[in-house]
Amino acid sequence: MTTKRILAALAALCVASVSAAPGGGDRWTAEQIEVIGSLSLAALGAPPADPTNRVADDAEAAALGRRFFFDARLSSNGLVACATCHEPALGFQDGKPLAKGVGETRRRAMPIAGMAHSPFLFWDGRKDSQWAQALGPLESAVEHGGNRAQYAHVVADHYAAEYERVFGALPDLSRVPREAGSVENANAREAWARLDETQRDAVTGVFVNIGKAIAAYERTIELQRSRFDEYADALRATGRAPSNVLSSEEVAGLRLFVGEANCTRCHNGPLLTNNDFHNTGVPARAGSQPDVGRLAGAADVLRDEFNCRSRWSDAGAAQCAELEFLVADAESLAGAFKAPSLRNVAARAPYMHAGQIATLGDVLDHYNRAPAAQVGQSELEPLGLSAAQLHQIEAFLRALGGEPVE
Amino acid sequence: MNAPPSNPNRFRRRYAMAATVLGAVAFFAAAAAHAGPAGRHRAEPPARSEFGLGPRVSAAGHYTATLQPAASLRQRELQSVRVRIADAEGHAVDGATIEVDGGMPQHGHGLPTRPRVTKSFGEGLYEIEGVRFNMGGWWVFSLAITGSAGTDKVTFNIQL
Repeated sequence: MTTKRILAALAALCVASVSAAPGGGDRWTAEQIEVIGSLSLAALGAPPADPTNRVADDAEAAALGRRFFFDARLSSNGLVACATCHEPALGFQDGKPLAKGVGETRRRAMPIAGMAHSPFLFWDGRKDSQWAQALGPLESAVEHGGNRAQYAHVVADHYAAEYERVFGALPDLSRVPREAGSVENANAREAWARLDETQRDAVTGVFVNIGKAIAAYERTIELQRSRFDEYADALRATGRAPSNVLSSEEVAGLRLFVGEANCTRCHNGPLLTNNDFHNTGVPARAGSQPDVGRLAGAADVLRDEFNCRSRWSDAGAAQCAELEFLVADAESLAGAFKAPSLRNVAARAPYMHAGQIATLGDVLDHYNRAPAAQVGQSELEPLGLSAAQLHQIEAFLRALGGEPVE
Repeated sequence: MNAPPSNPNRFRRRYAMAATVLGAVAFFAAAAAHAGPAGRHRAEPPARSEFGLGPRVSAAGHYTATLQPAASLRQRELQSVRVRIADAEGHAVDGATIEVDGGMPQHGHGLPTRPRVTKSFGEGLYEIEGVRFNMGGWWVFSLAITGSAGTDKVTFNIQL
């Protein structure tokens, strides 16, 4: 080992004029080892409690939620389930630039694993819990396309016993039409307006519980360890880089990732995201309207019918700190989107909030160039990295693979 | 001294030493110092002695503030931080209005949340809730204090 270190030092001296990697090779300072260790999945821990969802950690609720997740009856045409855009075989996403339900959305489907750790959901963070998130697509005219009365009837028709074991008695829906909800569909909207408040609350209560069961299921979708985690854990445990875990190119990419390339500004922690919102100047899709992202999402979550402070939430007002201290009016929110987790990122092309960028290489080229933003101001600065360095980062990102599992 | 949880300057110093030995890093350090387009957001961090949780004296010397986080400050989590405030004579300042601000001077952005004082315990002790640091690096965390001695601002430099 000592000989190897001396050789490494000599090699570093020899290439001093061309190398941009201090220490080079597999040598890390104590501080770098700490940073690398903080990115390991081993540092993640269990998801934080979700006080808004009293069944978040209930196994029966999760089993019911799993059935909802795959049930295409929860859609206007009987063809769209959550799993349509969040396919388990594809890491709970769909591999498409824009998600397609009964119509086409304007954004990319996001992966699910690890999201129980995120205070805000969706690219613009317009929801503050997994259950509130799950309800959005169900009532979107281009995703599931249905309405809450329809879904309440599906539960009563097909899941009554399981539902009642978890949530208690179903309400009487005999006088509730099969299509009613505050959705784009005019017939459903009119029917919804004709219901009295008690009926509407009864329907919404079932609808909310569908979301809470789905969220309980989604909390069980876990990430698997990657080769990077093996490297990071061994490095942290022994202070020495393990051999034969990452290639020299991958290690060089890791060095850039935690150093010169500034990736860990946003992609930090064991999920390789700070779960926050950043403007990285990604242009809108050709032919699409510019998207203000978090600026609208922050306002939306504050007034969301199902947010932490809502009467549908199981949390007390004092438990809604994320909303209480939310920044909703800063200029920096314009054109900002959630920094996604980089776990399993290589299996998740195309990239960015509307699938604008086809390959990982092109994503890295974007960060290296740091073009000006169309909306708001980009936080990026050009990196000035060489093509070889970008390849090294890409190689490292490919070592973050680990298919999510239930 | 309330040392920041992970000291940047020690990091830099060791880094620099390694660089001298290996030579290669001189190139890297120079490149890093000049990174970015003419330093759009660049601001140089202050000396190591300027980092920490205090006690810090306010700009005009009216107050001294000391941050007392329940646990060491960390990235990503929403956390609470207590602050103890005294006047220039060292007497506890109660009944003050405190406005929290901050950000990352090197990146040109503010705090990702809007923290504020939610409780006061007497004896100059206040609770600031809703504090989040969403990335590592040099953060500025400032308190505009309005109390018996007027309005003055205390600025902390914190390394995450």
